[in-house]
Amino acid sequence: MSRRTSKKKPAGALTLGPVLYNWEPALWRDFYFRIADEAPVDTVVVGEVVCSKREPFFAPQIPKVVERLEAAGKEVVLAGLALVTNRREMATLEELATDAAHVVEANDIAAIALLQGRPHDVGPHVNVYNEGTLAWLARRGARRVALPIELSMAQIAAIAARRGKAEIEVFAFGRAPLALSARCYSARARGLRKDNCQFVCAGLAQGMALETLDAKPFLVVNGTTTMSATWIDLAAHVGALRKAGVGRLRLSPEVVDMVAVARVFRGLLDGADPKAAQKALASLAPQARFSDGFLRGTTGADGLAA
Amino acid sequence: MSGMELVCPAGTPAALEAAVDAGADAVYLGFRDETNARNFPGLNFDRDELARGIAYAHKSGTKVFVAINTYPRAGAPKAWHAALDDAARLKADAVIVADLGLADYARRKHPKLRLHLSVQAAAATPAALRLYKKEFGIRRVVLPRVLTVPEIAHLIRAVPIETEVFVFGGLCVMAEGRCQLSSYATGKSPNMNGVCSPASHVAYVETDGRLSATLGGYTIDGFEKGEPAGYPTLCKGRFAVEGHASYVFEEPTSLNAFSLLPELRKAGVKALKIEGRQRGRAYVAQVVSAFRQAVDALDRGAPLPASALAALTEGGRETGGAYRKTWR
Repeated sequence: MSRRTSKKKPAGALTLGPVLYNWEPALWRDFYFRIADEAPVDTVVVGEVVCSKREPFFAPQIPKVVERLEAAGKEVVLAGLALVTNRREMATLEELATDAAHVVEANDIAAIALLQGRPHDVGPHVNVYNEGTLAWLARRGARRVALPIELSMAQIAAIAARRGKAEIEVFAFGRAPLALSARCYSARARGLRKDNCQFVCAGLAQGMALETLDAKPFLVVNGTTTMSATWIDLAAHVGALRKAGVGRLRLSPEVVDMVAVARVFRGLLDGADPKAAQKALASLAPQARFSDGFLRGTTGADGLAA
Repeated sequence: MSGMELVCPAGTPAALEAAVDAGADAVYLGFRDETNARNFPGLNFDRDELARGIAYAHKSGTKVFVAINTYPRAGAPKAWHAALDDAARLKADAVIVADLGLADYARRKHPKLRLHLSVQAAAATPAALRLYKKEFGIRRVVLPRVLTVPEIAHLIRAVPIETEVFVFGGLCVMAEGRCQLSSYATGKSPNMNGVCSPASHVAYVETDGRLSATLGGYTIDGFEKGEPAGYPTLCKGRFAVEGHASYVFEEPTSLNAFSLLPELRKAGVKALKIEGRQRGRAYVAQVVSAFRQAVDALDRGAPLPASALAALTEGGRETGGAYRKTWR
């Protein structure tokens, strides 16, 4: 049914996900200015998702960033916090949910509650594991849903096959946010607590690397979020994802030329060779180890098939 | 103020009987498949065992809750729907669900079935609680272990719904249902498979007299000769950050909120949950009876019995978890 909702087969769209690290605010702003001017992405999700204590640092920059992105023709979606626990965070979310000018991306069930009845998006932090949940969310006004990162191709396809009018998005590039906690592990790593964290995460543009005791890179500590050490790269699967009915790919900002990354994925959506794309990504981010195990239904950290 | 209900784990029919006999107000259990979050070999109930378990529990006035709290597999929700249908048919007192789609199914197919929201749904705000109550008629919410006692009190004041909190046993340091670490390292996920850091992916490797505990090939902890080797649960492991090795996420401790029971009672908590469906009957009997004594003492206006606490803390390493704000 849904396959006929648009007359012409669209090429698929790109979403730039929110910056998950605590970048230096001026760098953060300049990053978005360059995205506005140069990156071939359709949508940019802006806002603090990981920690409400970071919000005040970026808040003054947000209007300028949104204006610049919109002037460049990008759709701007405002992101809600991923783990809402206290009243202050709830108040911030309530304010966000009343922003009539922008679509809001829910990353916590609290946001789903507040956004009922108005069009909204659902980020990868909300548990949408099956078509039943997707249908329920869509009935309440979800127009676009980013699926959980641990889903395999078969599961993504099963959900996308029953997507109705909802647009399905898949996390296709960048370190995977794997776990959320009330506890701040960046603070804990420096012997501090969340309440007096001294903003130890500030300026750690790629978080803190976590290695096993035998010095194998494993995870990345980023405040209350724990991320994968590997970078997700679904370049090899873009064709299959599109065929399955996935409408969008999410690119998650990393310390790499994200404009160039966006160009690679835009090329893939337009039919470019996946092997060449993988090579291009590897040369853009020589520091990265890439993985696509979640999508292949093996182990999340598994590297790309040779 | 009425007494708090004691909700106890039953991984097997034997543990169910032990919990009932030790004074559980309710037991919770799961079917022997991926529909529940303790999908471990040798655990859980088939349909006949559930029917017999319910009969045994009901004789003592103990309720039975069936946990169907993993997320139904995309394109294959049958096992989850069947679990719900069978729990309703066998007259379970409640089912515990996490998935929005499954809650929606339960509401439509079994409107009279009592629904509890699993901790795996991580509902931590008034807005979330209101949503589950209004949309699915959820009667009770098992609160995620990310909240402080004052935050719990605030929630209860804000939304008239029963709340259940974990007081003893294993402790997730991540927000429940929002963790894909196990899946990243082993391919097996709490949300999809009902397992975390599964034994099938554990190996102990000895090199130069030092023992490493590995999970999915990753070294999760290391032990000197003679040091007791723990189980490599991913988030309780030792790792190196900024050149310094430590328990980055949490020490290998377990939750014990025994001393917080008066505060939880004052906050208006309806039910206390003991973790441990993987535990044997002796453990279950001991823990349940200790908490039984404590809850009864509080109901009489008496202080917490020291003997009960002592029975719980033998040699263990424990934490009050997120209930104390300093944990964060």
